Amino acid sequence: MMRALRNQKVRGILFQILTIIGLVAFLWYIGTNTMNNIEQRGIKTGFEFLNSTAGFGIDEAPIAYTETDTHGRVFWVGLTNTLIIGFVGIIFATILGLLIGVLRLSNNWLVSKMAATYIDIFRNIPILLQILFWYNVVLKMLPVPKKSLEFAGDIFLNNRGLYLPQPDLNSTTIAVLVSLGLAIVSIFFINRWSNKRQEETGEDFPLFFVSMGLLISLPIIAYFIGGANFNFDLPALKGFNFKGGKSISPEFLSLTFALVIYTATFIAEAVRSGIEAVTKGQKEAAASIGLTEYQALKLVVLPQAIRIAIPPTINQYLNLIKNSSLATAIGYPEIVTVFSGTSLNQVGQAIEIIAMTMLVYLTISLVVSAILNWFNHKMKIKER
Amino acid sequence: MAIFELKAEREAPSSTKGVIHWLKDNLFSTPSNAVMTILGFYILYIIIPPFVQWAYTDATFVGETRADCTGGGACWIFVGAKMDLFMYGFYPKVELWRLQTALGLFVALIIAFKYLLKGGKTKFIAFSLYLIVAFILINGGVLGLENVPTDKWGGLMLTVVVAAVGIIFSFPIGIIIAFGRASNLPIIRSVCVTYVEFIRGVPLITILFMSSVILPLFFPEGITFDKLLRALIGITLFQAAYVAEIIRGGLQSISRGQYEAADAIGLSYWQKMLLVILPQALKVAIPNLVGAFISLFQDTTLVLIIGLFDLLAMVRITAADSTWLGMETEGYVFVTFIFWAFCYGMSRYSNSLEKQFNTELK
Repeated sequence: MMRALRNQKVRGILFQILTIIGLVAFLWYIGTNTMNNIEQRGIKTGFEFLNSTAGFGIDEAPIAYTETDTHGRVFWVGLTNTLIIGFVGIIFATILGLLIGVLRLSNNWLVSKMAATYIDIFRNIPILLQILFWYNVVLKMLPVPKKSLEFAGDIFLNNRGLYLPQPDLNSTTIAVLVSLGLAIVSIFFINRWSNKRQEETGEDFPLFFVSMGLLISLPIIAYFIGGANFNFDLPALKGFNFKGGKSISPEFLSLTFALVIYTATFIAEAVRSGIEAVTKGQKEAAASIGLTEYQALKLVVLPQAIRIAIPPTINQYLNLIKNSSLATAIGYPEIVTVFSGTSLNQVGQAIEIIAMTMLVYLTISLVVSAILNWFNHKMKIKER
Repeated sequence: MAIFELKAEREAPSSTKGVIHWLKDNLFSTPSNAVMTILGFYILYIIIPPFVQWAYTDATFVGETRADCTGGGACWIFVGAKMDLFMYGFYPKVELWRLQTALGLFVALIIAFKYLLKGGKTKFIAFSLYLIVAFILINGGVLGLENVPTDKWGGLMLTVVVAAVGIIFSFPIGIIIAFGRASNLPIIRSVCVTYVEFIRGVPLITILFMSSVILPLFFPEGITFDKLLRALIGITLFQAAYVAEIIRGGLQSISRGQYEAADAIGLSYWQKMLLVILPQALKVAIPNLVGAFISLFQDTTLVLIIGLFDLLAMVRITAADSTWLGMETEGYVFVTFIFWAFCYGMSRYSNSLEKQFNTELK
């Protein structure tokens, strides 16, 4: 017996069996206690609550929602809001992060110092504090609706939100949106075609100008084909507030600003590390074969920098989506606030609700991890 | 054969040193650079003078009540009047000496670490002793010290307690999980992988909700969990997963030869891991670990969402006082500065640690 125990393989199997027994015992203990506690407190189990009426209103519902809708509907409203914030946040954080990262490496002393200071300041302030600061300090300084700040005659900014004219969903709008989609798809295919042509014949193709031309001209043509009338719903001051038009709440604005500014610092650091990781020899070699600085950047430095900069950037996208859950503190109705917050308070079935919320985030991070793995895999093939 | 025309000689630069040359080189070297410099100065001009005017020139620093704040700038008297709340939360005023003693002992410990104590074991014992003493001081209940319930803990002291407990306890748990993930026993490995990937995929706020709402359900009626304890458990479990990932990165940097050499001289698994592998892994992982701990310090602010009164929550509480209305901005600026100072200090410390360990590796 002792000799068997001294064998490492036997010990390993024994250890694993003990672990399984321990885990099962622990889960059984927790499970029975939970069942007892739930019975005692009169909390229901199961998912029928998703079909019961919610009874509370949600200020910002991108999909139609009224108080008589079910908790299941609340879940979808929250999820849509989370995805919207994630989408908008990711786009602006990338743009800002890219800008700051490149400025950080500029040879203009003032600009690079300012970028470095920006990164040093906003990286070291907790994100929740930034969100609360934007919401409670900056946005409170905006004027009341009667004295709103005006832009271009039809855009208003006040402490109740940002009010924009909203185009009707008529033929003009649909035509413009479809043409935008067509332009993007065609740019993608033209890119592939021009790369192939360049590899075969060596002829350059003015891809940038052609893409810009398509992006601008196609929607304009579509605008005129569709009827040349967006039929804007203009925000107008009625009584104490604005009615009509598209309103963007101060919660959305402050959450977006805080998330974008915070995440952009990390993306800027990733971009900077990517560009710095390209050895100096590459830049010198590019200069020695006569490439201009812009060509060297585009053809030699950035492709190599992107390979290094993208994995941490995608990680930051995931962090942004997870940080959007802090909207609970200011009341923006994304999934944690409405579902794990209000619905939980009403229904009381904490386990089901929090499990569903966690499942949402786990799915999002699984998708992002899959994208990251696909990207790493693609990059691996290109290397020798 | 091409014939080359000699271009005319360029004049030598007027100077290679001095302010003018530096300005030309760094700020105005090309037209686009010049434009960016001017834009940069303009941005600084719109941001800095108004802020300095609000925070310093027009601000009131001395006074007693709200009425003394006349300048139109920041009213720093408010921060001074509420300093106890910001620092110690609702801790009873008569017992504040206990917190101050704990802080003083900590400073003494740091000095002792640097100058007096040598050797890992004595440092470890001294540190553990300090933890026990500090806990007794802060919590009370024994040795004639009055028990201060945890719902009175708040402010910067609570932030530090949460961060410290999170760091101290997540570290060994993270190491064990990292070992489990690297082990070749499939059950252990899959349990650890599931744990880490699960925790890293969800936001901290859901873990805190889970630990504050669901954790009491896991245990029979009699056992009640202190609210602070629930938050500490949630934060520790969360941080342990991230620590495990960082240490796994460190473990991966160690060549197989080390494992094989340890096996060759007959070390058992635990001897191998603790004496050979872990010290090398930690050396590589320390900069990332300090980064994770800075994140933990920032994440302690989330406990305000589950009802604990950390430093950030104190802003709203102090601003709610009816004798000091409208002071939220000062509160936020003050708290921002404290958090920034702590985190920036820690990141500078991490930079110096990185340099220190880098030279050792060479």
